[in-house]
Amino acid sequence: MSADTEAEASEEEVQSEAEAPEEETAEALEPDPVREALRDRLGAELGEALVATDLASGVQLTVRVTAEAWRTAGLVVRDQLGCRWFDFLSAIDWLPSPYGRYEDDGMTPPSDPDTEIETGIAGGETRFQVFARVVDTAAHTDVILKTDVPDDTLTVPSWVTVYDGADWHERETWEMFGISFDGHPALRNIYLPSDFEGNPLRKDFPLIARIVKPWPGIIDVEPMPAEDEEAAPDEAASKESAPEEGESS
Amino acid sequence: MSQILGVELAYWQQSILRSVGVLLAVLLPAGLFVQVFLFKMMSFMQSRIGPNEAGPYGSLQLLAEVGKFLQKEDIVPAKADRRLFFLAPYIVVASVLLMYVAIPFGPEAFFADLDAGIFYILAVSSISIIGILVAGWASANKYSLMGGLRAAGQLIAYELPMVLAVVGVVIQAGSLNMFDIIRAQADGSIFGFSALGNPFILTQFVGFAIFMVAAQAELTQPPFDMPVAESELVTGYMTEYSGLRFLLFFIGEFASAGAFAIIASTLFLGGYYVPGLDMDASYMNVVGPVVLIAKMVLVGFLIFWARFTYPRFREDQLQTFAWTVLIPIALVNIFVTMILKVVF
Amino acid sequence: MTAVTDREQLRYVAAQAADARINFEIETEGMTLNLGPQHPATHGTLRIVAKLDAEQVISAEPIAGYMHRGYEKLCEVRTYPQVTTLINRIDWLGSFANEVPFILAAERLMDVEAPPRAQWIRTALFEMSRIANLVLFAGDTALQLGGQTAAFYGFRDREYVLNQIEAVTGGRFHPNFDRIGGLKDDLPKGWIADTKLAMEKVRSFCDEIDELVTGNEIFQIRTRGIGVIPGDVAQSYGLSGANLRGSGVNWDLRRDAPSGMVHSELDWKVHVHPDGDSFSRWWVRIQEIREASHLVDQCLDGLPSGPIMAKVPRIIKVPAGEAYVQTENPLGAMGYYVVSKGDLGPFRLKIRSASFNNVSILHWVLRGVYVPDIISILSSLYFILGDIDR
Repeated sequence: MSADTEAEASEEEVQSEAEAPEEETAEALEPDPVREALRDRLGAELGEALVATDLASGVQLTVRVTAEAWRTAGLVVRDQLGCRWFDFLSAIDWLPSPYGRYEDDGMTPPSDPDTEIETGIAGGETRFQVFARVVDTAAHTDVILKTDVPDDTLTVPSWVTVYDGADWHERETWEMFGISFDGHPALRNIYLPSDFEGNPLRKDFPLIARIVKPWPGIIDVEPMPAEDEEAAPDEAASKESAPEEGESS
Repeated sequence: MSQILGVELAYWQQSILRSVGVLLAVLLPAGLFVQVFLFKMMSFMQSRIGPNEAGPYGSLQLLAEVGKFLQKEDIVPAKADRRLFFLAPYIVVASVLLMYVAIPFGPEAFFADLDAGIFYILAVSSISIIGILVAGWASANKYSLMGGLRAAGQLIAYELPMVLAVVGVVIQAGSLNMFDIIRAQADGSIFGFSALGNPFILTQFVGFAIFMVAAQAELTQPPFDMPVAESELVTGYMTEYSGLRFLLFFIGEFASAGAFAIIASTLFLGGYYVPGLDMDASYMNVVGPVVLIAKMVLVGFLIFWARFTYPRFREDQLQTFAWTVLIPIALVNIFVTMILKVVF
Repeated sequence: MTAVTDREQLRYVAAQAADARINFEIETEGMTLNLGPQHPATHGTLRIVAKLDAEQVISAEPIAGYMHRGYEKLCEVRTYPQVTTLINRIDWLGSFANEVPFILAAERLMDVEAPPRAQWIRTALFEMSRIANLVLFAGDTALQLGGQTAAFYGFRDREYVLNQIEAVTGGRFHPNFDRIGGLKDDLPKGWIADTKLAMEKVRSFCDEIDELVTGNEIFQIRTRGIGVIPGDVAQSYGLSGANLRGSGVNWDLRRDAPSGMVHSELDWKVHVHPDGDSFSRWWVRIQEIREASHLVDQCLDGLPSGPIMAKVPRIIKVPAGEAYVQTENPLGAMGYYVVSKGDLGPFRLKIRSASFNNVSILHWVLRGVYVPDIISILSSLYFILGDIDR
């Protein structure tokens, strides 16, 4: 098993770098009949709606469908492919973050942020993508489905009638990304207070904690005992930043 | 109580003795149970040590607890019905105090010798239900209300098995008077062997079992502690009480545990009678209470052992258990007792 | 208006208002009870808004989010080693187990494989965190149902396992021990023998709990037939772990989708119970504790020698790609979807936590049950707030 992961991981790298959203990606070094069968079945059922696939042999099958066919795809994987176990549903915002990311970056956005969107496995044409994973617990197979969210409406059909568990996941995606789900009975906040404004997981929503207190928090250098007698009170202030430091090299 | 150890007492001396006596009689079992069973025995059963800071081996923990409760802030919920809120703990404590009045501690050491002793005790123990209901209602808290309602249903339901269990004893003793019951046990004989008397636990073992189960429920102890179910209702009807009022509930709970244990030892284990000692001698006024307390501790051990071990019933299961299991068994017990009493 | 008319008018209005109040109060349409967010039974700050009809639930809705820490956003501004320290606080009882799927996903993207010794120790620590987590579950469930003593036994016996975890990782609850490419350190001397003793104690705890709780008639009537979740409903909601296996679905990620750990080389069983009620979920977990202790013993017996860390650059840059790894954590199936753009840190980290799905079923399963059964069901579904709220 471990040898396989090595082979496919390198395979996966090659695939993700090759930009070919319309075609099926290259075959793996080792054939994966189970996942290939799934992919072919999906292609047969969905036809035009299946936009792209990515098969990492022995590891993962990812398919991308059109937004209109999102719910149909869910029904297909549930009924035709027998994937009845619902894993998760969420979204990816492909816009590069205009804010700094690490310790040495400032958190103020640059004047000309990089807005080029580069999407990942199985391609993509929009800024937001909704993705979900389902599993067939009897046959031990799984599929990751992705779809492009239309930039103008930011709406995809809801999976609530397909999988019961999608209810909470769609609510979370709605509050974190602002993507609406057509057909969901009650889209409302699940984590955040109901008067919260904004969609936190979008890349253009700043991580306020970093702006308020830039990394790594208030630096408090405790002076040597001989030099300064009144060093004690400031100790508590630097403790707030301690959990963030973790294990840095 | 006109004389103790041969000394003639004036009426005012008797009154002082009675007042001090009833306080002692109530607080001593409560304190004993709390300190020994709740603090230490429960801790040892749960593989921990328990309070060991206050005094040697934590023996003064009780004092510390009382002091802590007395100095707490008196919090009354804003929407609570103030008069009822204040009244509730006193009703419960009053019920317990009244229970101790009819208990025989010795041939002359008693507060009142009532002809309908045990009947009076059972009747008066029901007054605490009113206190609990009032506490649950007056707290203006949904958890308390639910706890109070559950308590009312449960306590009323378990009154019946308790009464029926006692009826068996009464039939065998031939009287409701507590002293007569003790005398019947002392003078009785087991198949002709009269050295040990005839404690009713031997013949009324079914009654004893039912009485213990019903007493557990009357005290709202696990497995019957739905009204005080900590994991759901926080503390049920006592949730909003703090400080002195909570202390009163607490004392009431453990004092009534003591009362039921004393009643069980009187009805089933022979009360203050010890085989070998003359029941009516005047030194029994001092030895008797000690003997009774010892028996109370034994019975209390059973009560608290069950408390720490079992999960709790759901209240509908609890009610089903009372009405469809305990009461029929108690009735059968009465039948058999009646028949055997006539036959033998 | 004269004064008299005023008073009469006032009296009339007051009478009307009093009538209106009485009518409103007598109309009983069910009492709304808030269980939580501070409540002894909810394992943390979960709030359940239950509409009750006397003691029966008409509808119950869980409201999560009181502990939402924004993990996914936080992880986007951290490097991979920094993410590791953050994520083992998601499920704070199954400490080591949180780090493993993320590390495995990063290793897959980096095309790095931990050396065999590291994999075996990883498996052992993984199973030990499962034991620590589930022993607490056992004690806590009994406590919720009223059996106070079992909780203390649970804490006492959990100490043995936590001591062992501390001896090797330095932390009882938050080990921070897993590294991309292996582990931080090797085992200390004498650890294997001590851990085997600890596993003996865990097994005797399971026997004790079986006698004290599982066989207890009161416990049985409080849990049998309560909160029945059929297998297909469980799958549709995405329940995992013992919740799924307690409903009759035979699926265990350690056996069916192994990745990076050595479960496939060990001899163990998957326990499934068909009933789907609270008791079956409890039973499956107790068996899992036993099974985990045997797994740890086997891991320690078959431990290969060798390096503990693969050759990994000092500054970790994970190549571009996406990877998803899911493992059978103590609470259920936990997975991390790592989207990497070749940076020092993840571009997007989607955390799939088990309790999120486990709790989403509450509004379905709590319909029509009694209030005490809510507690029984909550404790049998066994969630951790950090896992729900991330």
